[in-house]
Amino acid sequence: MLSNDEVKRYSRHLIMPEVGMQGQLRLKAGKVLCIGAGGLGSPAALYLAAAGIGTIGIVDFDEVDFSNLQRQILHGTPDVGRSKLQSARDRLTALNPNVNVVTYETALSSSNALELFKGYDVVVDGTDNFPTRYLVNDACVLLGIPNAYGSIFRFEGQASVFGAKDGPCYRCLYPEPPPPGLVPSCAEGGVLGVLPGVIGTIQATEAIKLIIGVGEPLIGRFLIYDALKMRFRELKLRKDPDCPVCGTRPTVRELIDYEQFCGMAAVPPEPLPTSSDRDITVEELKRKIDARERNLFVLDVREPQEFEICRIPGAVLIPLGEVLRRVGELDPSKEIVVQCKMGGRSAKAAEILRASGFPNVKNLTGGILAWIDRVDPSQPKY
Amino acid sequence: MSNRILIPTPLRPFTNKQESVEVSGATVGELLADLTRRHDGLKPHLYTEDGRLRSFVNVYLNDEDIRYLEKERTPVKPGDTLSIVPSVAGGAPRSRRR
Repeated sequence: MLSNDEVKRYSRHLIMPEVGMQGQLRLKAGKVLCIGAGGLGSPAALYLAAAGIGTIGIVDFDEVDFSNLQRQILHGTPDVGRSKLQSARDRLTALNPNVNVVTYETALSSSNALELFKGYDVVVDGTDNFPTRYLVNDACVLLGIPNAYGSIFRFEGQASVFGAKDGPCYRCLYPEPPPPGLVPSCAEGGVLGVLPGVIGTIQATEAIKLIIGVGEPLIGRFLIYDALKMRFRELKLRKDPDCPVCGTRPTVRELIDYEQFCGMAAVPPEPLPTSSDRDITVEELKRKIDARERNLFVLDVREPQEFEICRIPGAVLIPLGEVLRRVGELDPSKEIVVQCKMGGRSAKAAEILRASGFPNVKNLTGGILAWIDRVDPSQPKY
Repeated sequence: MSNRILIPTPLRPFTNKQESVEVSGATVGELLADLTRRHDGLKPHLYTEDGRLRSFVNVYLNDEDIRYLEKERTPVKPGDTLSIVPSVAGGAPRSRRR
């Protein structure tokens, strides 16, 4: 039963035949689990709460950062530094006090995912990394819970519903993850702030449709959205009979080690800032710059937009994607210090240069962020 | 005879930022070969070292996955569009407290 206040709140749903009283009661009895309270989770959770989903679970263990606010509309400026879960709970409860917000301050893992997912009707996957993507997919398939999937990069988004009965799963589309480092992350590639608003809202739309049981769900279809062109494309997805998780003879019957599956088993701990013949610390680079070492050449392999924000004095910009083509512009007799934002892309560029016959190439440990932290705090970080 | 291949955002750094590339060939495999001939930086992203299409790169002829057609031997007609659809993980930012 809906209270009089609820009837008033949901009146625009109740007068629509596709929802009506029966649909609204289904939403009230519905339980949706959002993985992540970030870019995709924000609009998804807000619309799910507004629509009157009875229980919204949220898994996250991060704090709100200034750089989140450009797109993570669950959180506001006063929330910076707070736990995302507390911030999300306050915002969702203020929007709709009838919603039971359940928070899980934990990193989703193979040991807790099944327990956590049990009892939910739909999972909204808004994570940013491949191990968690495969973990969420497999857990959803094993439990028979549909997964409203969304993914974003720069100005392009993808959405689908995986793991529904008789529908394909994420592994039918991508049986294996890419090796680490081949696909840039959001932190590296950037993202148009409004893009997760569109994709997260599509995920919420699908969750709501699945719970009410109306319309045509985005099952067996893969939606690709290009915000710059303002164009949606739809590709056909098929259930792969040989899929290791949802196929006719599944080989994955329980959750596995997804870090290992994604080639990230040996995630090295934060490297200690030491100089070797292949690496250099920001302090050592500063000393060389101050000493005006004539043989020194600082190569910045970030993108031009990043170079506009902050730079190391004297650094020359050649983005990673152009390094191989432009090695001819570099002098092999120089000591080349390669640098990016945090040290990942520059490590790749250093390998390219060494393979091209440059004998004296060093990677700046920690990139320009370490430079700003420890040498020049006057520059902005991004 | 010419066909268009749509390049996804993550791979555009390897096509001089072009979002689509005009290529020619009679099959999906020939179109992809022409693409990597024009932009050889793409090759390691699309093919393994022994020359097989990487499993995390999906190729669509119009709206159909080539795995359910004749894979790289699938014939193409003028005006057919090929899409490369790589897996993208992006969503919430990677947690700093990992």
